Amino acid sequence: MGKIGLIIRREYLAKVRNKSFVIMTFLSPILLVGMVVLIAYLTQVNDNEKRQVAVLNQSAFFRDLFIPQRGVSFIRLDGLSLEAAKDSTLSMGLYGLLHLPERRDLVDVTEDAFLYTKDAPSTSVLEEIESIFEDGLRQYRLRELGVSPEQYAAVRSGYEIHTATFSGERSTKGINEFKALVGGAFGYLIMMFIIIYGGFVMRSVIEEKTSRIIEVIISSVKPFQLMLGKIIGTSLAGVTQFLIWIVSASLLMVVALLLLDIDPAILLEQRNMPGGLDAQLGTGALAGDETSRMILQEFLQLPMGLLIGFFLVYFVLGYLIYSSIYAAIGAAVDNETDTQQFIFPIILPLMLAIYVGFFSVFSNPHGPIAVAFSIFPLTSPIVMLMRLPGGIGEGGVPVWQLVASLALLAGTFLGIVWLAAKIYRTGILMYGKKPTYRELFKWLKY
Amino acid sequence: MSSILSIREVTKSYGPHKALDDISLEIPSNRIFGLLGPNGAGKTTLIRIINQILVPDSGKIYLDGEPLTQKHVAQIGYLPEERGLYKSMKVGEQVLYLAQLKGLSRSEARSRLKYWFDKLDIGDWWGKKVQELSKGMAQKVQFIVTVLHRPKLLIFDEPFSGFDPINAALIKDQILELRDEGASIIFSTHRMESVEELCEYIGLIHRSRLLLEGRLTDIKKAYKQNRFRIEWTPGNGEVALEQLLNGTPVEVSHFDAEEHLWDFTLQVPEGEKQRLLHTLSEKGSISSFRELVPTANEIFIETVQKKDLHG
Repeated sequence: MGKIGLIIRREYLAKVRNKSFVIMTFLSPILLVGMVVLIAYLTQVNDNEKRQVAVLNQSAFFRDLFIPQRGVSFIRLDGLSLEAAKDSTLSMGLYGLLHLPERRDLVDVTEDAFLYTKDAPSTSVLEEIESIFEDGLRQYRLRELGVSPEQYAAVRSGYEIHTATFSGERSTKGINEFKALVGGAFGYLIMMFIIIYGGFVMRSVIEEKTSRIIEVIISSVKPFQLMLGKIIGTSLAGVTQFLIWIVSASLLMVVALLLLDIDPAILLEQRNMPGGLDAQLGTGALAGDETSRMILQEFLQLPMGLLIGFFLVYFVLGYLIYSSIYAAIGAAVDNETDTQQFIFPIILPLMLAIYVGFFSVFSNPHGPIAVAFSIFPLTSPIVMLMRLPGGIGEGGVPVWQLVASLALLAGTFLGIVWLAAKIYRTGILMYGKKPTYRELFKWLKY
Repeated sequence: MSSILSIREVTKSYGPHKALDDISLEIPSNRIFGLLGPNGAGKTTLIRIINQILVPDSGKIYLDGEPLTQKHVAQIGYLPEERGLYKSMKVGEQVLYLAQLKGLSRSEARSRLKYWFDKLDIGDWWGKKVQELSKGMAQKVQFIVTVLHRPKLLIFDEPFSGFDPINAALIKDQILELRDEGASIIFSTHRMESVEELCEYIGLIHRSRLLLEGRLTDIKKAYKQNRFRIEWTPGNGEVALEQLLNGTPVEVSHFDAEEHLWDFTLQVPEGEKQRLLHTLSEKGSISSFRELVPTANEIFIETVQKKDLHG
């Protein structure tokens, strides 16, 4: 085994045997799954709670419309005065009293109807009751116009325009966002990896410095070999941790959902709550189904091999660039508290990449901002990955942009690693001083 | 005298500060060489250059006649003054790792390590973490790390710091033994008594320059001033000492009136020693007569002060 191999092995073992690392590895999926399951469970419990509302209907309308809804059921009170109805609602412990006064006109009834509750009513109850009124009002007006509900349903159908690229590929509304989301997931993974494991690299350098073992080691190997071995060893430990997280979290999730009998769809459903009119008429739901079917289809058609291939390239280069900067910072300081002033400038381009990605690439994956940030080497690993699901060449990322992005990234990689190694080499032998940027610059010349 | 390491015109600057200024030095093989100098003189920089931790701005270094390259790290063992080990790593594994970095195979390192653990009486530390060891224990481990790969050239920077007197003596014996087995040793320290004890050759660096170099006994000879310390009892009671010595100034340290014993120091002009001895033994009895040779400590202080005064 070569010297770098030895260093990689030591760094890897030191990391994976570290107690807090082991605890984090096994605890994180449990916490994550626990949280998701808890949210799902609470949502389910929340949904299952039915509220009972007394209805005092003194009008001639809405007779048969108060049928039990998802979150409300109705109890009819007949022949009581409003005051007596209020009393009995309270004494029966019901959620509230809906009063429809006696009016000649349906519209007047709806105008003067009141819902009495002890406290401010919940929005979901209000929405359900309001939709009943909306329904009644619409049917009434349709009747006035002489249109039957069936005719109305036939007229009011949803419509979505079909879109296609010039090359004839059919595309779906929202697919840009969806594709960017897939790429964004890859980009986000890179960012998290850099921040977590770059930090590990930095702390490991600081540890060698403060424990003073550094001088013994660099009398045996070159500082650059040590730095590279450390970065690779730490990232292998990171990859191990990520794999354990992904596998164990998915397993746990399946087991937990099965055991607790929670429908995972409940988490997704929640987002589409304000269904309103469309949902009731069934047209919106249909269009929604269509879209998700199309998206699923698109997902299966995504160039996954290409995505994963480029993910690996951008991941390796991007990670090496950032982690060698982290290593240089670790070498420059004596303890972790001194790192803040240097860390912020590293995090900045990463954050920028994520924000630019989510705001600009989502709406226009090939606009000027997206292009610029996907070529600039400190942001390209994240932004380019968000653009790539659109494919390469026509309709996707032009080949020259990809080539420029990769070439710049590789060049920056060499340059940054060279600079970082210089700072590292000098920094690891400097004790007891908190360096300034000006000093770091001087070290480059030693 | 053949030399193991040849340092030729080495210069190193950190920005405007010159850490080493044109240093040329021969380190004799199979001897202990004391590298001396006040704090900040440039010793550590020189040692780091020999270890190829730093690169000199100009100048060359030859190990056994070959220009120093990365492959020579296996032939050098270095115990830095700022020492330390991985705190949360186990002793055995740690030493194996560091030995492998020096090019030793794992199995070879393991068997040699057993030998050293027995020798330094630390048999059951294999599975202990360094943070569980006392400072002295960690120092022993570090010493083993330095010598395990049997380097030709050993560099010890303050090797006795952190040791109690018993363990310091143990380590001193190991160093002497290593020299007897053929290793060449560079020994950097501020403790002059250990220089007297161990070093056959010395070099003194002050303010980035080499001020003094050579065999310690030769240097002492060059620095001695023909001063003698004498204990003497006159034959017939009282005697005027100065009169007897023809007015040579005498520094009397002690006079024992009961025994009539004089204890005094004087400077004897070149060639007068025999005559003085003769006179003294004729007029009384000499109980001690010895030349005052400057100590390494005196030479150190004198050289450094002279440099500071005259630049």
